[in-house]
Amino acid sequence: MGDANDFQRFSGTPGYIASGPLVDAVNCAYALERPLLIKGEPGTGKTLLARHVAEGLEMPLLSWHIKSTSKAADGLYVYDTVQRLNDSRFGGGDVADIRNYIRLGPLGQSFAAEDRQVLLIDEIDKADLEFPNDLLLELDEMRFTIIETDEEIKARQRPVVIITSNNEKELPDAFLRRCIFHFIDFPDAELMRRIVDVHHPHLDATLLDQVLIKFYWLREQSELRKKPSTSELIDWISALLRSGISQDKIESHIPFLGALLKKEQDAEALARYDEKGGKYPSSWSDLGPRYNQ
Amino acid sequence: MFLDLFYGMRDEGIPVALQEWNTFLEALKRGLHGSSLFRFYHLARACLVKSETYFDAFDRVFARVFKGVEGELDITDEVLEWLRDPENFQELTPEQLAELERLSSDELMQRFLETLAEQDERHDGGGRWVGTGGRSPFGHGGQHPTGIRVGGKGQRRSAMKVAEERKFKDYRTDLNLDVRNFRLALKRLRQLTRTGLATELDLDETIDHTCRNAGEIDLVFRPPRKNEVRLLLLMDVGGTMDPYYEPMSQLLTALHEERGLREFEPYYFHNCIYDHVYSRARLLRTDALPTGDLLRRLDERWKVVIVGDAAMHPAELMEPHGGINPHATSPTPGVVWLQRIAGHFNRTVWVNPDDRTLWDQSHTTRVVQRLFTMFPLSVDGLGEAVHALVGARV
Repeated sequence: MGDANDFQRFSGTPGYIASGPLVDAVNCAYALERPLLIKGEPGTGKTLLARHVAEGLEMPLLSWHIKSTSKAADGLYVYDTVQRLNDSRFGGGDVADIRNYIRLGPLGQSFAAEDRQVLLIDEIDKADLEFPNDLLLELDEMRFTIIETDEEIKARQRPVVIITSNNEKELPDAFLRRCIFHFIDFPDAELMRRIVDVHHPHLDATLLDQVLIKFYWLREQSELRKKPSTSELIDWISALLRSGISQDKIESHIPFLGALLKKEQDAEALARYDEKGGKYPSSWSDLGPRYNQ
Repeated sequence: MFLDLFYGMRDEGIPVALQEWNTFLEALKRGLHGSSLFRFYHLARACLVKSETYFDAFDRVFARVFKGVEGELDITDEVLEWLRDPENFQELTPEQLAELERLSSDELMQRFLETLAEQDERHDGGGRWVGTGGRSPFGHGGQHPTGIRVGGKGQRRSAMKVAEERKFKDYRTDLNLDVRNFRLALKRLRQLTRTGLATELDLDETIDHTCRNAGEIDLVFRPPRKNEVRLLLLMDVGGTMDPYYEPMSQLLTALHEERGLREFEPYYFHNCIYDHVYSRARLLRTDALPTGDLLRRLDERWKVVIVGDAAMHPAELMEPHGGINPHATSPTPGVVWLQRIAGHFNRTVWVNPDDRTLWDQSHTTRVVQRLFTMFPLSVDGLGEAVHALVGARV
């Protein structure tokens, strides 16, 4: 471990606006060489973070997307027995050398690489309950042994590990204890402006205001089953821009609702609100005190 | 003071152990908190708290422990130097951490604070600093309006302000059960068995057979693994169960969303199960279904969860025609039906939303407990109930 001065510090990238605490958490995980566990509402940019950390630190990125069938061992290596069997039958490849049939998984690759890597373990909660526990030793010591060849893979440079979770399953305590944890809070209007600016630069200021007012108003509606998130806002603005819709239309309506609300019940609830002659807010003062400080 | 934070967190039930504490001190040692209490707060949280459900508790502890330390701390180079100098942290090497003494850590914190306080004195108008000595009371912010802006460099937000806002209240789980918690508890409700058509390639067996076959490939197939659990839910509705409407409906939602179940059938009753159960919670006669038919149709492998408070008038349980619904008189006493259900199925549990301390106060609850193992309607209780349904027999 180096000393405090030579830390390569992550400070966000032009394409990703990170809040101060998030930047600190990344740097903390980086400096202490601990995995960084990221949680937060869907659509707040958990997965995107890893890509931009890699970009910001100028390191290659390896992604390991977890599925319900993923096993911890798959991340280390896979022994392709079927290929070997096939080769032995039909005479392709060097069957005698078992190493030809060992394929390193994302975690294994990040250990074996020459340079320090950023490893994204995406949606770790999708996997079986025991999955994180099976990775404890490997993440701690950053090495493992390929049983078939008795070869040890040891990290030359400890990768920067970023783990995302959607909270579908509780993660085991022993695993959590080793992580640095950050919960991505939903961005406030100020931060959201900067985020939108990255994706849609030079957006007309009054239009952006209207868009954000509608967006935060929608999020405040307690009947909604699924609140629209940042990524949906970005999509919605794209739709608005492409359709070239006039500004006063956005002031009194919410066009292209499908980009924001993904549940049928939510769209129906809003339609009912519309029918009853419900008003949409058109200025920040129509929203609660939270937005008018 | 540092250790107050540690013990404060433990008192609040935040799972924090020496390992996390070690991480935190390591981070401090490297000066990762930079130059503000705001970042110090976030650093502490990132290292010590591993779930947003504890953020609120953490905020409370932090606010309590650092109540006298509010302000935007512009820690200057001198302090940073001091923090980075390992000499000052010698008593905190990992070996000695295990025997961390309250005193030494308090001294550390004291030193930390004193150094900061000195900064304040020397640079008039520099770092805003509300000292412990009562020089400036907490919350006196008139001269220093706290800019609430997050994200940008140099736009710091007071950590105390963040901590006092307690905006993570909604994430607490000890207050309310929610659907997700129930779903977590129900995740274990599975018994994976291989039945049906052999459609999945069994690699190990294939290799084994092929080897036995002298290298001639012999493919072996097996049926895929499926969850075998079939669940019958019998739910008490109305009357004394009304206060539990919320957790009950969440449990029901969680069960409906649990796609892993092979089959799931919910039925409803009022007070006790008599000759009929109802397919809908409104308990209309048109929804009625003879309980006997249910027992004939569902075999003993079905898992049964009965949800109800089991507290009723003794006659409602023990006597013929005990049901209070005049339309659905039942010559068979409720307790006989309960006995039949308990006897028919291999695994049954009773989940009771009443507080556990009330169970023994009700005569009928005690009777029901003789027939069914009873669990409280909480995440943990449900977890135990699920274990009783699919776990190893004791």
